[in-house]
Amino acid sequence: MAREILLKIEGLRIEGRAGDGWTEIVKGIDLTLHKGEVLGLIGESGAGKSTVGLAAMGFARDGCRITGGSIMFDGIDLRTAPEPQRRALRGARIAYVAQSAAASFNPAHKLIDQYCEAPVIHAVMDRARAEHDAIDLYRRMQLPNPEDIGFRYPHQVSGGQLQRAMTAMAMACRPDLIIFDEPTTALDVTTQIEVLAAIRDIVRQFDTAAIYITHDLAVVAQAADRIKVLLRGQEVEEAPTRTMLAAPREDYTRSLWAVRSFARPEQPPPTDAPILSVRNVTAAYGKVAVLEDVSFDIHPGRTIAIVGESGSGKSTAARVITGLLPPKSGAVLFEGKPLPPALKGRKRDQLRQVQMIYQMADTALNPKLRLRELIGRPAQMYLGLEGKALETRVRDLLDLIELDPDTYIDRLPGELSGGQKQRIGIARALAAEPKVIICDEVTSALDQIVQEGILKLLTRLQDEFRLAYMFITHDLATVRAIADDVVVMQKGRVIEQGPKARMFTPPHEPYTELLLSSVPEMDPDWLTRLLDRRAALPG
Amino acid sequence: MGFATSVALGLAGLFAIAWLMRAGARAMFAGSARAIAHDMPLTAAFGILVIGVYAAVAIAAPALAPFPEREIVGGQFQAWSAAHPLGTDRIGRDMLSRLIYGARNTVGIAFATTALAFVVGAVLGLWAALVGGWLDQGLSRFVDALMAIPALIFSLLLLTIFGTSVITLILVIAAVDATRVFRLARAVAQGIVVMDYIEAAKLRGEGSWFLIRREILPNAMAPLVAEFGLRFCFVFLSISSLSFLGLGIQPPTADWGSMVKDNATLITFGDVTPLLPAGCIALLTVAVNFVVDWQLHRASGLKEQ
Repeated sequence: MAREILLKIEGLRIEGRAGDGWTEIVKGIDLTLHKGEVLGLIGESGAGKSTVGLAAMGFARDGCRITGGSIMFDGIDLRTAPEPQRRALRGARIAYVAQSAAASFNPAHKLIDQYCEAPVIHAVMDRARAEHDAIDLYRRMQLPNPEDIGFRYPHQVSGGQLQRAMTAMAMACRPDLIIFDEPTTALDVTTQIEVLAAIRDIVRQFDTAAIYITHDLAVVAQAADRIKVLLRGQEVEEAPTRTMLAAPREDYTRSLWAVRSFARPEQPPPTDAPILSVRNVTAAYGKVAVLEDVSFDIHPGRTIAIVGESGSGKSTAARVITGLLPPKSGAVLFEGKPLPPALKGRKRDQLRQVQMIYQMADTALNPKLRLRELIGRPAQMYLGLEGKALETRVRDLLDLIELDPDTYIDRLPGELSGGQKQRIGIARALAAEPKVIICDEVTSALDQIVQEGILKLLTRLQDEFRLAYMFITHDLATVRAIADDVVVMQKGRVIEQGPKARMFTPPHEPYTELLLSSVPEMDPDWLTRLLDRRAALPG
Repeated sequence: MGFATSVALGLAGLFAIAWLMRAGARAMFAGSARAIAHDMPLTAAFGILVIGVYAAVAIAAPALAPFPEREIVGGQFQAWSAAHPLGTDRIGRDMLSRLIYGARNTVGIAFATTALAFVVGAVLGLWAALVGGWLDQGLSRFVDALMAIPALIFSLLLLTIFGTSVITLILVIAAVDATRVFRLARAVAQGIVVMDYIEAAKLRGEGSWFLIRREILPNAMAPLVAEFGLRFCFVFLSISSLSFLGLGIQPPTADWGSMVKDNATLITFGDVTPLLPAGCIALLTVAVNFVVDWQLHRASGLKEQ
């Protein structure tokens, strides 16, 4: 493949501000991208993937500076080019698609207005042609109602559709290079496939070069021609996709998919009574029904996984159990006795028994409180610990979650990494000494190596304290790793439930089948095969 | 030495002392106090110094002032002299003494008023945002109704009804200002109450007071502190304009606002004396805002670029 070189980065060095000084976060990266080629950039968080991606546009985030190396884009040195020239390139010849389309679209303007902005500013086409073009691209991205969808506001469109609209927008000026920064990470598996397929098709149709940044090797394998693995700002290895999947050279690369091999040993079937039961619960927000006749049991020492795509009612089930949303009918039983439906009616000891860990540790921990108080408060409230006893308890809890008490007890959440924050969430739940812990997508905001650490910790704690977990997730790999029982939900109903072994053996309900087949596999042909198979199915 | 030169020299002197003070704090303290002193910009040190001087003057007013606050000790509008360093006012009271007592009255009242407005406004605002529903509607519409009446006319009305003592003055201006603080606190808190950590605290079974105090307030501090600096200055203006209308601090109590007005005629003769109380207000305002800016930086975690 002797195609022309489009982007050549050599010896790129970038520093980020850390306290008073500067730390190097990208330590000499070389990168070559040919015209029409897709390069996958993978690594765990903090590897410098996004920083390199932005540097390919000649851009450094606030608090970062490019200190060395050259960035040649089609004969233009982006490091020395004057800002107006760089700006003329951005949007027109180099485009960027961010992780969260919902946060990147301006909520106050219609999609098509935002689409037309770049081509009109860069004088590529006039407004009328841009609109016409937008509809054409929306159609190619397989968006429903391509004629009308552009005239909606971002909040009126689903997450997967927004991500596709954003990709269409990046395509508006027919750039030579698009940078995709984790475009599917925030989406659930079934939506991820649609977006991934659409991105792959459009990049091929227009022969656009792309840098695809992600932490999920299986995802990038579907779209990339070559893969580059980064670790702490340095390159680990680079190889064509098939070569890398078949024979990775470095141990670190191998470990990237080995993490998925973590699995909790099979538990014997439960013999004791369930600790918590959800009985025929129907719930609604106002008039909109979100749960219909949902029942399941949670046993001590076991993990029940609630699976389904966004909007399936998984999180609502947790809200009913915790009392945030009193059900219309049905009941929640704790140790055989019904819990008062509303939070206000529950006694302190009833509250103590069911604790919750949230998806986003960033928003679940008060950023202004020190760990001492964050973890100590439940122990103080429920168990009446004060002074020395409280301090000892907090230290024990920090030990339990494998953080050094002396270093961490007086830190603020902002001074912790994502994985550490999630550990604090776990410690806070444990501090109440509960019997049931609800884990709401606790690993989905974390990269895979950190995920594995959290899952191992949760499993260890479960065995130590005979905790019952209710694990809400859309990630079937997590389910496979730690669940004992599985409940599949769709549109507020339970589609199927049973022990894990049975759920993962065919035959499946059609919806379960759809979910299972949507989990990306470490095979570059997986997406093609899956799409062919689905296209062949009637309807 | 001209007046302008001495003002410039005085300010430079204050900055120099502030610099020394900060250097001393860095050398003397250890631990977190030292870290704070280390990050402190010179403007903040200046602000703290000025506020400290004002506070000292206000507390020690009787000891510092050469003459009593209300006594006529000389002729009208006497020029600056050894006996009366800043001359006398239009009925012959010593200007310097009145300026010193003014610190006590004006700053004390302004501070008490702002503090009261903030406690009431912030607590109610955070509470309304937290509970929502009817309580929020009730409080917010009530505040809207109060804000619909022009502030000055509203205070005039209230002062006419309740009489013009210092206590009523504080209560009335605080009530008017609390409405603004309420709006701000409620708006800020609405963005906070939807966070997961508030939900987590509610699930834990925490009461409203704990939620307001420990969960919401620390996160709403930055905009509230900034607003405090601004409000403090507005309160000065309100007191001055009320004094001007004869409903503020009542004569013969010394008050910087009315001192400007009383001696305004001197400006026509090229005398800067009436500007001194105005200058005192300006200097304090600047000092307060220096400190507030610094606190804002610390609270919001912003870093110097």
